[in-house]
Amino acid sequence: MTLFETFKKGLVKTRDFITAGIYKMAAGLGVFDDDMLDELEMMLIQADCGLMASKEAIEAIREHIRLTGDASRASVLTSLNRSLSAMITEKRLTANEGMLTIYLMVGVNGTGKTTTAAKLAQRAKSRGLLVMMAAADTFRAAAIEQLKVWGERTQTAVIAHQTGADPAAVVFDAIQAAHARKTELLIIDTAGRLHTKKNLMDELGKIRRVIDREAPEALLETILVIDATTGQNAIIQARAFHEATQVSALAITKLDGSAKGGVAIAVARETGLPLCLAGLGEGADDLQDFDCMLFLEALLPPA
Amino acid sequence: MALFENLSSRLTRITDAMRGKSRVTEKDIKDMMREIRLALLEADVNYQVVKDLSEEIGEKARGAEILQSLTPGQQVVKIVHEVLTGILGEEERLAVSPTGFTTIMLYGLQGTVKTTTAAKLALHLKDKGKKPMLVSVDVHRPAAREQLKILAEQIGVDSYINQEETSAVALARQGRERARYMMCDTLIIDTAGRMTVDEELMEELKSIQAEVEPDERLLVVDAMIGQEAVHIAEAFDSQVGLDGFIMTKLDGDARGGAALSIRRMTGKPIKMIGTGERPGDLELFRPDRLASRILGMGDVLSLIEKASDAFDEEQAGRTMERLKANTFTMQDMLEQLEQIQGMGSMKEMLAMIPGAGRKLGDMNLDDSDLFRTRAIIQSMTVRERENPRILDASRRRRIARGSGLEVQDVNRVVRHYDDMIKMMKQFGMLGQGGKRRRGKMPFGGLGF
Repeated sequence: MTLFETFKKGLVKTRDFITAGIYKMAAGLGVFDDDMLDELEMMLIQADCGLMASKEAIEAIREHIRLTGDASRASVLTSLNRSLSAMITEKRLTANEGMLTIYLMVGVNGTGKTTTAAKLAQRAKSRGLLVMMAAADTFRAAAIEQLKVWGERTQTAVIAHQTGADPAAVVFDAIQAAHARKTELLIIDTAGRLHTKKNLMDELGKIRRVIDREAPEALLETILVIDATTGQNAIIQARAFHEATQVSALAITKLDGSAKGGVAIAVARETGLPLCLAGLGEGADDLQDFDCMLFLEALLPPA
Repeated sequence: MALFENLSSRLTRITDAMRGKSRVTEKDIKDMMREIRLALLEADVNYQVVKDLSEEIGEKARGAEILQSLTPGQQVVKIVHEVLTGILGEEERLAVSPTGFTTIMLYGLQGTVKTTTAAKLALHLKDKGKKPMLVSVDVHRPAAREQLKILAEQIGVDSYINQEETSAVALARQGRERARYMMCDTLIIDTAGRMTVDEELMEELKSIQAEVEPDERLLVVDAMIGQEAVHIAEAFDSQVGLDGFIMTKLDGDARGGAALSIRRMTGKPIKMIGTGERPGDLELFRPDRLASRILGMGDVLSLIEKASDAFDEEQAGRTMERLKANTFTMQDMLEQLEQIQGMGSMKEMLAMIPGAGRKLGDMNLDDSDLFRTRAIIQSMTVRERENPRILDASRRRRIARGSGLEVQDVNRVVRHYDDMIKMMKQFGMLGQGGKRRRGKMPFGGLGF
């Protein structure tokens, strides 16, 4: 399956939703009027794109129609694609042989951090990198066991303490071990936390400081994992996590689920952070590098 | 949280412009309805529900004498609030089977914290004198059963965990048999989560239902969920049937608009809400409070809860003792400060006060004062903390150096401490019928 097909498969529901709507709207003439554009705006909102992004996209389309005089379906779709793609950027995660790269996985509870961490480990391993995982979720019952099970499945070393241990200490140990074993990629799984819990956000700051101090030479990617089913609260989440840990990229998981995935656009637009990963299914191969062009092509019907 | 403007400030802007007019025009109503729609959409209320509601609200607003009111904006907010509360319905109890053995099943997508909620529910029932048993039939997620076992042990509730069994139906049957054998009166079944509503999951849930015949089928929904909430809820309801919902993660700052959509579209009640990570953080659902939350109207009750959360009662008791005995030291002041900081930033707390959002929106509040005070006390020796009277000029210079601040800052803290002692003494007199005096609050007016 090509990458595009993976994206397309994951986003099939959203695409069907938008396609059906657009074709229905412009059924007779194939030309959009003002009311249809309002309806299109509502469709974007229903796909969780958020009020601001939806409004901006529709205004851009109106402007486009005004300038070109072309209100055909093709013209509207092209313009929609263009304005949405201006709102998002992508970032390719890298890890290099012979040097240490650290992925710090952060996010609220239940977004799929542990699973994403494991899939990243598997992917890096298959590319021949020396990988290690750190179980810095010492809060949730059995979180350490869950990561260990993944460690066995992917044959990756897992550095862990006991439940209730200081996560920063786990990270400290993991970095020491990574240095000793010449690990090339260290993936740190942290506990899910609501961004409104100050103490827990401070804890992330501490982990971040330990990394900066113990592995200043390492390439650090702080990855905020966001569940695609999340609504507009995702924007507030992203801001809070960014403030606490300087997030470097966003991973959107469960894009193949019931959600329409528009939240990826909403968050990327509001925070300016790049998108790095797309979770498009439960299989290991369904975690893909985020590709804005493919994402939008899979999301919108062809012009 | 300036991102999402709350409904009252949105409406106040419009009604301010209406001042002086003798009656509300159709355009005014239209403008207001637009703002209401936007506020609800930002709260993740489903689009279709927003459309229906805004018409309903519009009708009521036309009928009401908005302009007679001194605060027309608030008047409309009140109407909206009433409509939302009405839809959210009454508080509902959990079902209890007349047979004396109640079976509760929890459904939900992945990551809605079903397992933790199952344990919370068990603790809630235990506290009410029931004897619940927890069973996990999640044969998919690694360590899911292990997690429930640990949680059950933590809260002192029976559990049936079989790590070997690979059939969810068999696990449910075994769990029920064990529950009956152990003389439990409630069986709580934690089912597997899925990424999406799929055939396989529904089939599995149907077979379990056929086996155990649940009295209460609850869908666990994440408060942060977006527009999809309704489709997910409807899918579960139509395929396996639901009796109600539990909404989780309401301790975050998500508005929780999904509750409104789900309630409206399925007609099924919200029975409980999850408000934290501890096993005790499960509450009965209060429609009026959730309505306020969806409208972003601030939540004084949450603020009070947050305060009591951060407040260590034992420590407070000790402080009181010391105050009475006149031995309140700098160390006590430090501990108090740390408690205040445990509640979060000033801005966060102010955001919870209704109305404060708008007035204090641009005020530059920072917590550095608290941090500085803390640094200064931490630079004192134990003896100095116990007896601040010994702080002479030389000691104060040393403390200033130690905390990286100026001597004036140290003086300020000592003065605050003195003020505080004085104020405490006044409070002492108050109790004996002294006249009410307005004491200066400690921490430079930041106190509350």
